[in-house]
Amino acid sequence: MQRQSPEHYTPGNHPTWAPPANTVGIMGWLRENLFSNWTNTLLTCAALYLIYSAFVPLLGWAVINADWVGDSRDDCSSSGACWVFVYVRFEQFMYGFYPKSEYYRVNLTGLLLVATLTWLMVGRLPYKRLAVIFALIIFPITAFLLLSGGVLGMPQVETSKWGGLTLTLLLSLVGMVAALPIGIVLALGRRSEMPIVRAVCTAFIELWRGVPLITVLFMSSVMLPLFLPEGVDFNKLLRALIGIIMFQSAYMAEVVRGGLQAIPKGQYEAADALGLSYWKKMGFIILPQALKLVIPGIVNTFIALFKDTTLVLIIGLFDLLAMVQAAFTDPKWLGFALEGYVFAAFIFWLFCFGMSRYSMALEQKLHTGHKR
Amino acid sequence: MTDSATASDRSPEVCVQLNGVHKWYGEFHVLKNINLEVCRGERIVICGPSGSGKSTMIRCINHLEEHQQGQIIVDGIELTNDIKHIDQIRREVGMVFQHFNLFPHLTALENCTLGPIWVRKEPKHKAIETAMHYLEKVKIPDQAHKYPGQLSGGQQQRVAIARSLCMNPRIMLFDEPTSALDPEMIKEVLDTMVSLAESGMTMLCVTHEMGFAKTVANRVIFMDGGEVIEANEPHEFFDNPQHDRTKLFLSQILQH
Repeated sequence: MQRQSPEHYTPGNHPTWAPPANTVGIMGWLRENLFSNWTNTLLTCAALYLIYSAFVPLLGWAVINADWVGDSRDDCSSSGACWVFVYVRFEQFMYGFYPKSEYYRVNLTGLLLVATLTWLMVGRLPYKRLAVIFALIIFPITAFLLLSGGVLGMPQVETSKWGGLTLTLLLSLVGMVAALPIGIVLALGRRSEMPIVRAVCTAFIELWRGVPLITVLFMSSVMLPLFLPEGVDFNKLLRALIGIIMFQSAYMAEVVRGGLQAIPKGQYEAADALGLSYWKKMGFIILPQALKLVIPGIVNTFIALFKDTTLVLIIGLFDLLAMVQAAFTDPKWLGFALEGYVFAAFIFWLFCFGMSRYSMALEQKLHTGHKR
Repeated sequence: MTDSATASDRSPEVCVQLNGVHKWYGEFHVLKNINLEVCRGERIVICGPSGSGKSTMIRCINHLEEHQQGQIIVDGIELTNDIKHIDQIRREVGMVFQHFNLFPHLTALENCTLGPIWVRKEPKHKAIETAMHYLEKVKIPDQAHKYPGQLSGGQQQRVAIARSLCMNPRIMLFDEPTSALDPEMIKEVLDTMVSLAESGMTMLCVTHEMGFAKTVANRVIFMDGGEVIEANEPHEFFDNPQHDRTKLFLSQILQH
């Protein structure tokens, strides 16, 4: 049913036609992407069947046949998942061994965190510079005071009692916020023209990058106290944090260095020719471009860091995963490991997916028309 | 075009001086005993085959390249490894590159105001005023808020010229400013350069635009193999070249 252009349109007067109906819209998309020829049609049908046969039992187990609310394992009577386990232990998964009467402090910190992140990330909200200062200085101090207490009549809560998702978020947030700037400085150092600076940075990066995180954590919790003088003992959480920061900043440094290397020499020369000093050149010209280029790499490192925090369970810190594992080894709840792991996986996925989506939005926003 | 470096100081004051400058890239002797004096307000065109060291020479003047022997004096300041001298000189010397080298993450206007604000410590509103003034001079004030990626090559190069002028330089260096442009864009950039020359700016241009050299230059310098082969007034240079190498070069580029 192709239309013919009648001869009576004089040159330059042909009207604009709508495209043929079967090339646009949902039908057009389906035709082009799923059913373009008979092999594709076959593959599409096979894939649909596979998805169906995997998804239906999963849905049955996780949702339709699942038990959601109750007090003990006796409430789990159906054949599906027993979310009662997660329901009963939910508070521990979130707060660890934090005293129940003080949960509000964690909640308040969380609320403050969400508010700060919203202020930082939603483009329309004003006073961004203030938000950065708030997020980097005021928020951490407030959060620390709220969580550890000992001021304003709030009873002190030892860091050994912090746990669950709270601990996971704390470790990863502090890790990310500290590892990025340290990583940037290390990357600049590794590309420095000063041989000693370069050697020190390279040695630092290669040392930390060449060691597994588990080793770093073990060293920080078991070996370090052996080297410290008698009586000097600093917090286990702090030691783990320092280990994570050192480890991740080495990775971050290499990601950032990749970005720095992708910036054409002309950018450096143009900045030099304007008379910009080294730090201004880096801060205004090179780093904004380099960091934008490596957003996927940075977020990749952040996601890896977020998941790596689960390793702290080997030095006796109880993050979300450790709390879940502790919960299903409880004799009252033996046999619910699957539910526990699925729940932990879901929470981790939720955060990682969030980071990934945010990074994509950020890339879109920072795109200024220069395709590389 | 600039308001400061006007014709008032047309006295033959030397503002760029190269004495016996040598440079090596590793083993390769790229500049051989370069001697050059440029007076204030003079327009010098440097030409020569590729690899002759012409770009390297003008890049030595603002220390994008380092010379290893000899003396370079810019505006009375000797160029050494002293970072303070380098910064001083770079403030007085503007440079326009073959590939524009605009900052792609900043708008045209921000490209122009960055230097004045952070190097010359001008207040922001004044820097914007100056930037708009020069963007008007290069005839693209309406593109001020676009990013370089949204501009044509000719427009980008004109923004790059405006960016240099915003620093209020006393000397402008052009490193093949039209070589990366489509033919119809070369004219708009050359027009900008001609009007800049008419305003009395001291200019050193590496270019293959012989028409520009004929109309604008006070002196044409021909380089080959890292040496200055010939330097003369454009009229003499084109009509009566002294050296065989120059004759060959001119016959090759003027054939078409």
